Amino acid sequence: MGRKIVILGNGIAGITAARHVRKRGDDDILVISGETDHFFSRTALMYIYMGHMRFEDTKPYEDGFWAKNRIALERAWVRRVDFEQKRLELADGSFRPYDVLVLATGSQSNKFGWPGQDLDGVQGLYGYPDLLAMERSTAGIDRAVVVGGGLIGIETIEMLHSRGIHATFVVRERSWMDFAYPAEESAMIDRHIREHGIDYRLGTEIEAILPDESGRVRAVTLKGGDEIPCRFVALTVGVRPNVDLLRDSMLELDRGILVDGRLRTSVPDVYAIGDCAQLREPEPGRRAIEAVWYVGRRMGETVARTITGDDTPYDPGIWFNSAKFLDLEWQVYGDVPPRPPEGVGNLYWEHPDGRIAIRIRYRESDLAVTGFNLMGIRYRHEVCHRWISDGTPVPTVLRELGAANFDPELFEAYEPHVVARWNETHPEHAVPEGRRRGLRAALDVLRRPRTPRVGGAA
Amino acid sequence: MSPARAADSAARGAGIARGTRPAGRGRDANLAGRLGHAAFFVGCAVFVATLTLGEFAMHADTRASLERSGTVREDHRAALDAALAGHDGRTFGTPWTFLAGVGAAIDEANAELGGAIGSYDRGRYRFELARAATDGPIRGGEAWFLAFSVGLASLGALVTFAARARNELPGIKNDGNFHSSTRNRGAVGIAIGTALIAFYVLLYFRPEYIVNWIRLTDPVSRALKGTPASQWFFYGTLYTVAILVMGVRMMVQYRHSRYHLVRTASVMFFQTGFAFLIPAILEALHKPYFDFKHAWPLDYTFFFKWRIEELTSSGVVGWFMLFWGIGLALLLVPLLAFFFGKRWYCSWVCGCGGLAETLGDPFRHLSDKSTTAWRVERWLVHGVLVFAVVMTAIVLGNFWSGGAWLAGATGPVQKSYGLLIGSIFAGVVGTGFYPLMGNRVWCRFGCPLAAILGIVQRFKSRFRITTNGGQCISCGNCSTYCEMGIDVRAYAQRGDDVVRASCVGCGVCAAVCPRGVLRLENGPSDARFERFDLLRIEEGRVREG
Repeated sequence: MGRKIVILGNGIAGITAARHVRKRGDDDILVISGETDHFFSRTALMYIYMGHMRFEDTKPYEDGFWAKNRIALERAWVRRVDFEQKRLELADGSFRPYDVLVLATGSQSNKFGWPGQDLDGVQGLYGYPDLLAMERSTAGIDRAVVVGGGLIGIETIEMLHSRGIHATFVVRERSWMDFAYPAEESAMIDRHIREHGIDYRLGTEIEAILPDESGRVRAVTLKGGDEIPCRFVALTVGVRPNVDLLRDSMLELDRGILVDGRLRTSVPDVYAIGDCAQLREPEPGRRAIEAVWYVGRRMGETVARTITGDDTPYDPGIWFNSAKFLDLEWQVYGDVPPRPPEGVGNLYWEHPDGRIAIRIRYRESDLAVTGFNLMGIRYRHEVCHRWISDGTPVPTVLRELGAANFDPELFEAYEPHVVARWNETHPEHAVPEGRRRGLRAALDVLRRPRTPRVGGAA
Repeated sequence: MSPARAADSAARGAGIARGTRPAGRGRDANLAGRLGHAAFFVGCAVFVATLTLGEFAMHADTRASLERSGTVREDHRAALDAALAGHDGRTFGTPWTFLAGVGAAIDEANAELGGAIGSYDRGRYRFELARAATDGPIRGGEAWFLAFSVGLASLGALVTFAARARNELPGIKNDGNFHSSTRNRGAVGIAIGTALIAFYVLLYFRPEYIVNWIRLTDPVSRALKGTPASQWFFYGTLYTVAILVMGVRMMVQYRHSRYHLVRTASVMFFQTGFAFLIPAILEALHKPYFDFKHAWPLDYTFFFKWRIEELTSSGVVGWFMLFWGIGLALLLVPLLAFFFGKRWYCSWVCGCGGLAETLGDPFRHLSDKSTTAWRVERWLVHGVLVFAVVMTAIVLGNFWSGGAWLAGATGPVQKSYGLLIGSIFAGVVGTGFYPLMGNRVWCRFGCPLAAILGIVQRFKSRFRITTNGGQCISCGNCSTYCEMGIDVRAYAQRGDDVVRASCVGCGVCAAVCPRGVLRLENGPSDARFERFDLLRIEEGRVREG
C-alpha cells in the first residue's frame, strides 16, 4: 500500500470513494477541487439561497474530519491531466503525481446556443459558484425567467419564489417532465406549480435572450413572439458530464468518460465515477449516465473496494430516487416509466384532493411488483426494495401495504383506498383489508426469508 | 425611459397572486399582516409603559393596603407602620426610586425590632409596599391596561397568523430564517434576548420593581381565586398566553402535519389545564399549589420539608398529591419513556418544553450542533442530575432525622440549587437565551428530569427515529432544525436509527426533510440498531443488535 490515490472532485462520488479507500487501507489520499475547500451537499444549495440553512450547515462532516482521517484536501483547478506521466497539472503550473486517479468531476449545465445565453444575469445552476452568482444577480430584482422543466428548474423556481421574485417557468414539454412521469403524476405537479402562482408556460421554448445597454439581460423572447421582461434567466435544461478538460487527452470519451463494469476508464489506474462517468454497458433498463446523488455514492464505494484490492463490479441495484416539487414530495422505487411496457400492469390511486397518489406497477404474468411511484406520501425504502427484489405478488403486497407506510404518526392512512381500487379492478385477486402500518409490520416483511428474483427488471 | 427601466417598472406592477405568498421577506406584508404587527407593537409598548405609569405614593392608604394584604407578620406590624408613617406624603415616579426613598423604613423598623425581620420577610415587605403604593390610572384600571397590552399584542399576533393561514399554502415555512435579524442573532434577536433576560432577572430577583406588571393580572387572579396576583401568578399568566398564542402560530406553520397539530394542542392543553387552571382552583379551595405534570427532579422542591409538611397537612387531597408526585417521578416517567421515549414528557407535556416548542420555535435552528457542545451537554446535564439527587438525599435525610442530620448543609444546598439551577439556569438562561442559543438550552444542558428520561430512552426504550434506506441526500435540514443540536444527518446518511438521550421527539427533523428520510416511531426495543443497508452495495444485510 502507501500508493498515491488522487481524486478529482469533492462531490458525493469522490468523497465517498475517499472515505472508503481510507477505511480499507493506508494509501495517501488527496482530493482536489476547484469549487470549494470542503465537501458540501450540492443538493442543499437551494436552501442556502432560501435562508433555510447557511453554507456551513450543508457540510456533512465537520472541517476537522478530513485531517483526522488523513484525507488531504486541496483547493485548485486542474489545467490538464497528463496520463502518460501520471500527474495532474494545476492551474498554477504545479504538478500532482498519482498512482491511481479517480475522476469525479461531476456535471455542467447545458446550453443550446441561444442568442444572449452568456449575458450578465444569465446562468445555469449546479454548483457553489452558480449560487454566488445567483445571489448577486437576483439582488433587488422583481422578475426572472427559468428555462427548462426539470429537477433543477423547479428548485430554481422555488428559490426565486421564496424571495418574492415573480418567476416565469418556460417548459418545452406539454406536461411536467412527461418523459419521466406518468400522466397523472405529471398533471398533479402541473397543478401544484400553478397553485403557487408561478407563471407556468408549458409547450414553450425561448427564442432569444435580450440585453440592455450594459450587457445585462432585460427580457426573453419566446418562440411564438411573446417577450417577457426579466433581470435574471436561469438555464436549467439539463446537465452533461463535466469533461471538457479531458477532451484532448488519450482518455476515451463519449458524452462522459467511458467506463467498464468496474468503473475503469480506457487508461490503466484511472477510474471515473458519478455524474461524469458513462457506462459502456449499462444494465438493462438503466441508463449509461445517471446523474443522481445515490449513484455517485454507490459508485464511490464500489471503486474504493476495487482500488483497495477487492475487485467489485458496479451493481446499480434496484432503482430509487426522490425529489420535492415546491411542497410536493415524490419517491420512486423500482421501474416506473411514463407508460407501462408490454406485459406490465398498473394500479393507481389518487386522493380526491389531488395531492397524494400511489402507483404500483407489476408484471401481469405473475403479478410480481416491479415499481412504486409515490406523490405526497412517504414509503419505506427497505420494504419496497424487498418486495421488488422478491417479486412479491401484488395481493401479498397490498395485504401488507401498511408496512411500507413511512408517513409520520397520526397521519391519515391510505392503504385501504389502494386495496379497494385493486379489488374493484381485479376482483379475481381480491385482497382483504390491509394490516396496520408501523415498524413491527415492516420488520415482519424484512425478516422474512428472501426469495430474490432478478433485481427489478421488468 | 430605457428598456431596462421599463422592464423594472413593469415588473413592479406585477404582483404575486393571492394565496401564493412565500414565507420569506415580506411574508406579512399584506393589510391584515401589517395591522397585526402594528397591534402587536402597540400592545408591547403599552406593556412596557405600564411599568412606570402613574406614581408611587406613601400615605395612610398605602399603609392600610399593606395591612390588608396580610403579608406583614403580627409582631412586625406596629414597628413597620410607625417607621412608614414617617415617610407619609412622599411620592415617586417609579418603583425603584420609591423603594430607594421609603424602603429604608423597613430597615428602621428592623433596627427597632432588634433584627427580627429576616431577608425573606424583608423581600416580601418591599414587594407588598411597592404594590400598595401604586397610584394613578393603573389602580382600578388593571383590566383595561391588561387588555390593551397583553390582550392587544396577542390579538395582533393572532391576526397575523390568521393572515398567514389564508395567504400561504401549507408546507415547510423556513424561508429567510438565516436572513432574519430576529431569528439569526441580528440586532433584533439580541435585543429580544436582552429584554427576556432582563425580564427574568426582574421577575426572580427584583419583583418589587415590576409591581405594576404584576398588578395587570390582578383581575385574572381575582376571577380565578379571589386574591391579588403574586409574581408567580403573573408569570404563569404570561407564560400560558405565550404558549397559547405561539401555539396557534405553530399550528398554522405546521398545519400540513397532523403530528405537530396534535402535539402542539397537547402542550397547550397541559399548560392551560395542569399548570394554570388547576393550581388556581386549588388555591381558591385553600389547597396547596400543585401542578400534576411537574415531576421531580424538575420540581426540585417536591421533597423539601415545607412541601411535604404542606401536603401532609391538607387532607386527602394533600396525601393524594404526595403519592401522585412520587408515583409520577418514580414510576410513570420511566415507564412511559420506555414505551414512547422521552418525547411523551419533553415535547407533549412539560411546561418548559411547551414554551420551547411554541415561543421558542422561531429559534430552534440556533442550537449548537458541534461535537464540543455534545460533550459539554453530557457532562452538564448529568452533573445537574447528580446535584439534584444529592440535594434531595440531604433534604430527605435531614427531614427523616427530624432536622438533625446534616442540619448545616440542608439550607445552603437548597438555596444554592434554587438559585443556580432553578432560577438562573432554568429561568433566566432557559428562556432568555432563546434568540441567542436556541429554544432548548435548559432542557439540553440542565434539566435533571431530561437526564433521567434520556438514560431510559438511550438504553431501554421502544422509541427511535428510523432512517429511510438510501434516500438521504445529506442536505442538512434535519441537523439544522434539530433543537437539541443532534447531528441527525450523520445517522440518516449512514442509514442508522437515531437513538439519542437528548432527542425530545419534536418531529421537526422529519417534517423539514425534503426526501422523507426520517420517521419517529415506537417499535421493538431490541431492534433499534438493526440496519438494512441500502446505501451499501451489499443489500439487505441484517445485523443483529
